[in-house]
Amino acid sequence: MERSCDEAARSVLRAAELEGIGTVWDRFEKQSPQCGFGELGVCCRTCMQGPCRIDPFGEQATLGACGATADTIVARNLTRSIAAGTAAHSGHAKHLAHTLLKWAEGKAPDYPVRDEAKLQAIALKVGIAVGGKTTEALAKEVAQVALADFSEKETPVAWAATNVTQGRVETFLKYGVVPTGIDSAISEVMHRTNYGVDADPINLLLGGVKCALADFASCHMGTDIADILFGVPKPVVSRTNLGVLKPNAVNIALHGHNPLLSDVIAQTAKAMHDEARQVGASEGLNLVGVCCTGNELLMRHGIPSATHSVSQELAILTGAVDAMVVDYQCIMPSLASVAECFHTRLITTMPIAKIPGATHVEFQESNAKTAAKEIIRLGIKAFQARDSGKLRIPQNETPAVAGFSTESIIGALAMVNKEDPLKPLIDNIVNGNIQGVCLFAGCNNVRVMQDNNFVAMAKELAQQNVLVLATGCGGGAFARHGLLTPEATNQYAGAGLKAVLTAVGEAAGLGGPLPLILHMGSCVDNSRAADVAVAVANKLGVDVDKLPVVASAPEATTEKAIAIGTWAVAAGLPTHVGVIPPVLGGPAVVKALTQDIKGLFGGYFIVDTDPSSSVSKLMDAIRERRKGLGL
Amino acid sequence: MKEVFVHLDRCMGCRSCQLACATEHSASKNLFQAVTETPQPRYRLYVERADGKNLPITCRHCDPAPCLEACIAGALSRDDKGAVIHQESRCIGCWSCLMVCPYGVVGRKQEERLAVKCDRCRDRDVPACVSACPTKALVYADPEEFASKVRKVQAGIIVGAMAQHT
Repeated sequence: MERSCDEAARSVLRAAELEGIGTVWDRFEKQSPQCGFGELGVCCRTCMQGPCRIDPFGEQATLGACGATADTIVARNLTRSIAAGTAAHSGHAKHLAHTLLKWAEGKAPDYPVRDEAKLQAIALKVGIAVGGKTTEALAKEVAQVALADFSEKETPVAWAATNVTQGRVETFLKYGVVPTGIDSAISEVMHRTNYGVDADPINLLLGGVKCALADFASCHMGTDIADILFGVPKPVVSRTNLGVLKPNAVNIALHGHNPLLSDVIAQTAKAMHDEARQVGASEGLNLVGVCCTGNELLMRHGIPSATHSVSQELAILTGAVDAMVVDYQCIMPSLASVAECFHTRLITTMPIAKIPGATHVEFQESNAKTAAKEIIRLGIKAFQARDSGKLRIPQNETPAVAGFSTESIIGALAMVNKEDPLKPLIDNIVNGNIQGVCLFAGCNNVRVMQDNNFVAMAKELAQQNVLVLATGCGGGAFARHGLLTPEATNQYAGAGLKAVLTAVGEAAGLGGPLPLILHMGSCVDNSRAADVAVAVANKLGVDVDKLPVVASAPEATTEKAIAIGTWAVAAGLPTHVGVIPPVLGGPAVVKALTQDIKGLFGGYFIVDTDPSSSVSKLMDAIRERRKGLGL
Repeated sequence: MKEVFVHLDRCMGCRSCQLACATEHSASKNLFQAVTETPQPRYRLYVERADGKNLPITCRHCDPAPCLEACIAGALSRDDKGAVIHQESRCIGCWSCLMVCPYGVVGRKQEERLAVKCDRCRDRDVPACVSACPTKALVYADPEEFASKVRKVQAGIIVGAMAQHT
């Protein structure tokens, strides 16, 4: 099997092989064969009597030492993964909330509110009166309400309850899955999955759903506060793939997740091009993004993304990256050893995320621009040690149109119908020009030829007139393969979808269609796609679980993806996963997640590793929903 | 002829060999599907623990083989590669083979009164258990090849010990 569909990745991988530099693909090969008990989710390491494993063929142990069944163990493990994913997203959101509060209190001058309209909109949504307050005072109140969402309260998590339909609120109350605190939801999962607490697989899964709704709140809060601090993204044209690295510039790759780091570096870099030129980099500084930091920078600044997810090491392997600056999440520790083969400085910035072999420059909100300058200067210094003999920047770079926040999508639709912006979208869903909507999210996974599932599925769905939205490394994959362009619309969209994207694009003054796929941002920005679905549901007066809207994480990797997938199901979406999650050892859990949960929340998981049959199943789900609506 | 050998000090007790064996002897030959199949696929080797050490116990395909000698139904025979092969259609479930096997590696099919035993994966170049072992505790080699490697390791140890005394 080829390792990647991406030509740029392939060419760098060939060079890496010649030089004997190992990457994730080589390390993964050495992990093979992987442990079948782990693959099935029936290994329990919760207590020190373990590890216990259930024999999936029923010959030996059918119970753990404590008496836990395969289903109990699988449900416990899965629920803990949801809690871990939620912890990551909530850490991201909490970091932003603290920063907003610090700015309001005068302690983080580098983080002024840049989008007052968004601040006011969020304040109103969470029940804060807006009138007569200074921006600082309002920012402080919003930050305080946000931070209060983390502790245990008597009331639901505001960012969960105010961002869903009324119907969802009632469903969540009915099944007892409304979180009353983000941290407390995570903590509750860790408690109930402890030795000798919750043994009922279904009850455990409902605990997982409750925690996943805390993850939804975290994602939404992350998006909201990032928009307040850095601005709501607007459509922007940029380029992607390794070809965006420049031989004559100091290339600084920004990798990780939170715009708190990357946005300030982007702002600071603007005044530092001359410093780079003085050391011989004729094109000055060249910032590029990797993973979701790349998405944040692309969405708000049009900064090009170099690569994503599973191919992150390849950026360094071009020999052209002078500094790779990281914050947290999805950062492979191997970057340090790959960087050792080059002049590249790997720079960690967060106290909770250090990597042996990296240079650590601690980044605090109070000294953000000072730290940003220091980091950029480390890159400029490293550039002077660059070995031009090792340069191998692939020529591949692809244009990409991104920046489709909910606000900008509604804005584009408003160009078609000013009084009722959602009407054109709904009308076209009703008349069948648009059969449904599919949100692609999540990572690449080394098990899957990189991007293969994303690209194959999205092209087929678009051909069948499904409007495709994307976030995270999925959005990155589509960008690198040229699917975020009007040309892709002309080439791959079915007739109905093409007509709609063209009409909206022309009304919005683009002189052509919208891109085939609307890139909505980083993985926390799945909240933006949820907002669109909620707005359409409210407009139609039905709940989200009736809409012809589906989701897919066809190459998922992280625990964050498990959390997002679970809240997508709870929100009512049929949700496809294109890799086998570690649950198949628990037959009752599998049945609950793929069938029974539909009766509770409307959404359910579809697990299928084949892109073509996955599309068929998603289309069946869309048709079933359309039929339910009488369409 | 190649056989399955065990490096006695290498087994971590992960039982990956057992899962791979059952999967190889399933209809789908895929773990995720195999666990849901009826009849339930059986594995034909067993990881046991004794005195704090783990050891996969495999069919040795003895010659003469007590199981083959004891089978009154003619269900056991030796193939051209020296493996003792069980033919289900002839098996009467009398468990004579199970009783005489010195290693206890004849099992029973869950749903039917039929014996199951190692066939050394006749469709594969290397048996599934060997391919699955993450520590290479299981190896597929000629007896001479295996013994020769053991001798070389031992020779290294002896020479090293001698060097310390001279």
